[in-house]
Formats: sequence, C-alpha cells, structure tokens
Amino acid sequence: MHIVDGALSDSVVIGGAVLAVAGIAYGLKRMDLDRIPQIGMLSATFFIASLIHVPVGPSSLHLILNGLIGLALGWTAFPALFIALLLQAAFFGYGGLIVLGVNTVNIALPAVLMGLLLRQLIVNSPPKRAAILGGIAGAGSIALTAVMVGVSLALSGDAFIPAAKLALLSHIPVLVVEALVTAATVYLLVRVKPDFFSHAER
Amino acid sequence: MPQFLEHSMTSWRGQQVEHKQSIVDQFDPRARVLATVIFALTVVFSKTLWLPFLGLLMAFAFALSASLNFRRTLRRMIAMDMFIVVMVLMLPFTMSGDALFHVFGFAASKQGFIHAIGIALKANAVVLTLLSLVGTLEASTLGHTLARLKVPEKLVHLLLFTVRYLDVISREYKRMRKAMKARAFVPKNNLHTWRSFGYLVGMLLVRSLERSERIFDAMKCRGYCGKLYLFDTMQWQQRDTILLLSMASFAVFAIASGAYVA
Repeated sequence: MHIVDGALSDSVVIGGAVLAVAGIAYGLKRMDLDRIPQIGMLSATFFIASLIHVPVGPSSLHLILNGLIGLALGWTAFPALFIALLLQAAFFGYGGLIVLGVNTVNIALPAVLMGLLLRQLIVNSPPKRAAILGGIAGAGSIALTAVMVGVSLALSGDAFIPAAKLALLSHIPVLVVEALVTAATVYLLVRVKPDFFSHAER
Repeated sequence: MPQFLEHSMTSWRGQQVEHKQSIVDQFDPRARVLATVIFALTVVFSKTLWLPFLGLLMAFAFALSASLNFRRTLRRMIAMDMFIVVMVLMLPFTMSGDALFHVFGFAASKQGFIHAIGIALKANAVVLTLLSLVGTLEASTLGHTLARLKVPEKLVHLLLFTVRYLDVISREYKRMRKAMKARAFVPKNNLHTWRSFGYLVGMLLVRSLERSERIFDAMKCRGYCGKLYLFDTMQWQQRDTILLLSMASFAVFAIASGAYVA
C-alpha cells in the first residue's frame, strides 16, 4: 500500500505532490475551525482502526477503511489521511517522505469519490440497504486505490508493470475484507447513530 | 503475529517515553525537519548509485547520533523493506539490458539490477534519516514545528488534535477488545469475525464522535474561538545554522557532481 521513496519516476512523484497539495488545500478550505475537534477525533479513530489486524487466510492484513473515511469526512479526508500518513512515515518508518504526496492521493482520492457518490444515498436508506452501499464504498475505494497504486508504478517505467499487476492482485483479499467490515460498520452506525453521516462534513 | 509487525499492536505514545536524550535532541526541531527534507530531496532524485550509498552512510551516522533503539529500528526497517523486496527482486528480470546472470532461463539485466539497488538504498536512507531526526521528536512538537515553518494553521491544529487523542482512542479500543475477549471472541477466518470488527469500528466511531462533542463543549466553556495558541521554547542556535548549512552543501555538492544527469 505504501510506496517507498526512490521507486517512482520524478514526474510521478512531483505530479502526486501537486495533486496532494491541491486536495489538502481544498479539504482545509471546506473545514470550519470549530469542527477541528470532531474531525481530529475521527481521524485519530481511523488511525487506530487501521492498526487492527484481521486474519485472512493463512496470514493477516490491516484495515485501511478509506471508503468509510470518505463517507464520514468527505473532502476533509485529504488532510486527515495526509496527517495519518505523515505520522506513520515519521514515527513508524512506513512509506517515505518525498512519496507522501503520491501515497496521499492514492488513498484519499478514492475516499473522497466514495463519499461524494454514496453518502447521500446512505443517509436516505434503511439499514440493510445502507450496509450494502457501505460495502460498495469499502470495495470501491480499495479497488480504486489498487488501480492508482498500479498506475503510479506503471507510469514510472515499463519494468514496473509486473510489479503493478502484483500490487493489483494482492489487493483482492483486502478488497473483500474491507467491503465486509465497512458494510458492518455502516450498518451499526445507521442503527445506533442515524445522524452520523448526515452530521459529518459535506 | 510476526515480530516485524509488532508496532501495530503497541499503543501510541509518541516517542516521549521511550526515546533516550541524545545529541540530536540538542538541535532545534525546525532545523531537524528542514535538514531531513533537504536530505530526502537530494537523495531521492539522484540518478547515480554512489549518492544514495553516501546518503545511507549519512543516515547510519544520524541513527547512531540519535541513539535509536537498535531492535525497534531494525524491526521497522525490515517491515519497510518487506514492501519493496518483491519489486526489487523482480526488477532485474523485467528491465531489459545486458544479461548479468540467468535464473531458470530468465536473464537478469545489469541495468535492472542497478536500478533495484538504487531503490533499496534510497528508501532505506530516507526512512532511517526520518526516524532519526524527525521520529525522535514528540508528535506534538512536530506539530508546533510545522506551525513555525508556516504550514497552514488548520492542518497543524488537525494534526495536534489527532495526536492528542490517539492514545485516548487506543485505550478505548483496547478496552473494547478486552470486553470482546471476555465474551470469548477469538479472531478467525469467518464472517462473524469480520462483522464483529466492523461493529467494533462503528462503536469506536460513535463513542469518539460523542466524546468530541463533550470536548468541544468543554473547550467553548474555556473560551475556544477556533484558535489554539502554541507555546513552545524553540530557540534557533548556531549549531542549527551549521546543520542546515552542511545539509545544503551536501545538496550543492550532489548537484555539482552531476548526480542528477541520467
């Protein structure tokens, strides 16, 4: 998921950084100052949730939940995910520093898209249908992220195309688990706190 | 769970508790962040092999002077290298060029081999420097540093809030996991496990949303009007200028020696 420094070509790294800055700036613009406690708290929760290891087959994988983040935070997902990636890079050594832009775009853009497409539908749906839509958001965001990781690698040179295909394949189990977990989360949220999604930032 | 993923289960405590004071801590946080950025830019965009190698040696020097915990750092470096190991192993076979050796009839090209080594050197050099110079800051100090470096206020506030509540939420999460365990929940490969994790995340979100409302009310009681005042005692000293100047001369040296010409 995290691409490391040095792997991508210069133009991909710079392009990613430019897109990330634009996304973060727009996300910040959409965020009121008095919503910072709420959004900070939610992004801390997503950070902790991404440390949960879920057993899948013989191994385990950690959740990303970017579909859910997009549903909950909308455009603010950009700055929130950037901060999460920055903290992970600086304190855990995950990923790298200069590729932070590419990594942010790869994870945050699918999140924002899912939020824009599906949030209103979820707000207006009964719990069962909301859960299915949540599952679609979870699967869709991971699929998009996988494609974007693959494209970032493939754009960096033909030699990376096998690695890009491998990255795509390795996301399939993640996709299934994310879809199921996100569906269950959305189901619970709609039942327990029906205004969760309408409450969140548009 | 494999040892190199161990950090994923540890709670979030910044570096405050575990990091021993070292020479690195005598430098101003701003100088450390800027030096890391200059270093990373210099190393990552180079087109030669010797510059990332030199960078890796410098990174080792930083790690030594930061007196990083050896085992923890090694575990993190290995965890990062797990991400690239497949790609690095594949590159010699997927990049065309002069054949170096053959494995099962597939030719490994010299160019691909060199490229793969370059990636490994760059990735390790940057991450090790990042962990030594920035990772040894407290997470909230990092926020204050970014604010001093003119990063937008909202982003800094968001970072500070996130960092402030990571530990709180982490404890909440552990409490809920303990409650699940007390009810005989064992994660397995089945739908029940995935649904339970989904409900766990959902409940965590509900609780943190409600907690954030209480916190916001408490903050308003104390006169919060959308601004946090950042107090810190950062003082730029001569050694910080020296650190930055030496990093800048490293960059200039790299440019002058033609490390960016393909």
